[in-house]
Amino acid sequence: MLKTIAHRVAILCFIAFSLFPLFWLLKVSVTPNDLLYSEGVRLWPSRVTLDHFSFVLANSEFPRFFGNSLIVSGTTAVCTTILAALMGYALSRFRFRGKLWLAGLLLVTQMFPLVMLVAPIFKILAPLGLTNSLAGLIVVYTAFNVPFASFLMQGFFDGIPPDLEEAAMIDGADRFTAFRQIILPLGLPGIAATLGFVFTAAWSEMIFALMLISGNDKATFPVGLLSFVSKFSVDYGQMMAAGVLALIPACLFFLMIQRYLVQGMTAGAVKG
Amino acid sequence: MATMEIRSARKTYGTLCVLEDINLSIGDGEFIVLVGPSGCGKSTLLRMIAGLEEISAGEIRIEDRVVNDLPPKARDIAMVFQSYALYPHMNVADNMSYSLRLRKADKPTIADKVRDASAKLGLGALLERKPKALSGGQRQRVAMGRAIVRQPKAFLFDEPLSNLDARLREQMRAEIRKLHRALGATSIYVTHDQVEAMTLADRIVAMHGGHIQQVGTPLELYDRPANLFVAGFIGSPGMNFVEGAVELGTFVMRDGTRLPLPEGMPETLGGATLGIRPEHVTLGEGLAAEVELVEPTGHGIILHLRLAGAVFRVLTTDRRWLTPGDQVQVGLPAGALHLFDESEQRVAPAPHPQQ
Ligand SMILES: Nc1ncnc2c1ncn2[C@@H]1O[C@H](COP(=O)(O)OP(=O)(O)O)[C@@H](O)[C@H]1O
Ligand SMILES: [Mg+2]
Repeated sequence: MLKTIAHRVAILCFIAFSLFPLFWLLKVSVTPNDLLYSEGVRLWPSRVTLDHFSFVLANSEFPRFFGNSLIVSGTTAVCTTILAALMGYALSRFRFRGKLWLAGLLLVTQMFPLVMLVAPIFKILAPLGLTNSLAGLIVVYTAFNVPFASFLMQGFFDGIPPDLEEAAMIDGADRFTAFRQIILPLGLPGIAATLGFVFTAAWSEMIFALMLISGNDKATFPVGLLSFVSKFSVDYGQMMAAGVLALIPACLFFLMIQRYLVQGMTAGAVKG
Repeated sequence: MATMEIRSARKTYGTLCVLEDINLSIGDGEFIVLVGPSGCGKSTLLRMIAGLEEISAGEIRIEDRVVNDLPPKARDIAMVFQSYALYPHMNVADNMSYSLRLRKADKPTIADKVRDASAKLGLGALLERKPKALSGGQRQRVAMGRAIVRQPKAFLFDEPLSNLDARLREQMRAEIRKLHRALGATSIYVTHDQVEAMTLADRIVAMHGGHIQQVGTPLELYDRPANLFVAGFIGSPGMNFVEGAVELGTFVMRDGTRLPLPEGMPETLGGATLGIRPEHVTLGEGLAAEVELVEPTGHGIILHLRLAGAVFRVLTTDRRWLTPGDQVQVGLPAGALHLFDESEQRVAPAPHPQQ
């Protein structure tokens, strides 16, 4: 009894700790500008306002950033997951020459800090006309997320007994049909987890977005946020309001897939 | 239904050879059981027939057609897996009809066939259930149903009963036998359980270390095991063995105990092994032995005796009250003796003169 209470309290403390920055984001976003500095540090302002939100939505370029981000992150998530599912399946099921090398190479790509790669990537994309374009960002994000996502998917597929697709093949399916009709439906939790992971990674990516995109037209939302910082001041209220709005798709997405996510993580972890 | 022919089949994984020189002809409608200890290559052979493993060398024919390079779907066989391998996201009816749906059978045909198969297996009330809501025995039945629903050329079974408890296994064993009689389909059944092999098979293929040791009817393997391995593997409790040599028509055990051999056995043979089944040893007149252990089975008792320095098991329905330490006399009837030479092969007695 005492143990469960202690357990609950510990979890509550942890949740409070990790959610506090989000709470602060929300608090600042509804604090009127004139109270921001005058009221000092308090948990909730004496007066709240939605002015920042309406300004951000109506008068700033934020909706465009938001849309760009949605396009980039959504497309990246879908492309990456499709590629990773195929790759993960091959890693999980097939024995082929150089498999160990391939897996090693995939791991190596994960070892470099992204900053190191910005310049060469820019050099590669520029002649292809892929700088300052959303497509370029999608290509880069997909390339960077595929290795890890493949390992993630491999873990999920490893948890599905190969007997199942063998049974399907004996029932009259070819390997791809068995993959599509038997393995993919069973791998949905893993696919959802991968989608979620890649979506959030792309949604919050900043370095490439900053380097490959110039001008507000193609900017994604993390870059757009910087436009609230001017030379002389930072418009905290508007910036936070934009931040709150940017959280919405990620939250919605996770709400949608959280059932699969928990299932997927435990399946991958336990069965492995 | 179909005949099958396996010629000089081989299977290697890299440098590891797990099956070598496998030759087997299977008649139309025959029930063949592949039996052998775990790791001897039974599943691998079955999977080669199914098309789930490549054939490294040799040839497999189904109905005179070489199937070496055909994918599983083109071989028209059905398989029941040890794990059952039911599709977890489909209900029982969908599991059973999956093969028919892949073949684009029309709805009424599918419904008919699923109804037939589920009636045969007593699954009628479970058609809407998902596999995880079924008991082990029910899952096993669904796996069988999935195999019979599309009337394939042959059935393959890979230890289908080994996840069931003893009672259920016995019951399913009888049902598989009945089903085979009703459908008459060529079947290949893999098991490590020699009782299953004896009770189910038309012919048993005993395997060991990637080689076929003997092919024959259950009684042939029981009465005339081709080598020491088969002799020890078939029958429970296992055959008793004593090592020694044959001199002047007499078997001389290591400790000097002598035992006359029946007529027709070789006169001399160095390094021989004598075998006799526990159920053929008689209590009464004969060699002196000491009781070491008494195991009642209900039906009878299994006595563990020390005889000529070796442990000997005797199966008897005689309920006489024996306790460890008692002295008994055992008879080893000449007609029940099996003799094996140095290379562990059976030495057959020459046919009896008057036969
Ligand atoms: N993919 C594989 N790679 C290497 N060795 C294997 C592979 N599959 C099976 N084997 C080996 O082949 C032998 C036979 O396996 P198997 O056919 O499963 O035996 P059984 O079904 O008789 O228990 C075993 O020794 C096993 O270790
Ligand atoms: Mg096996």
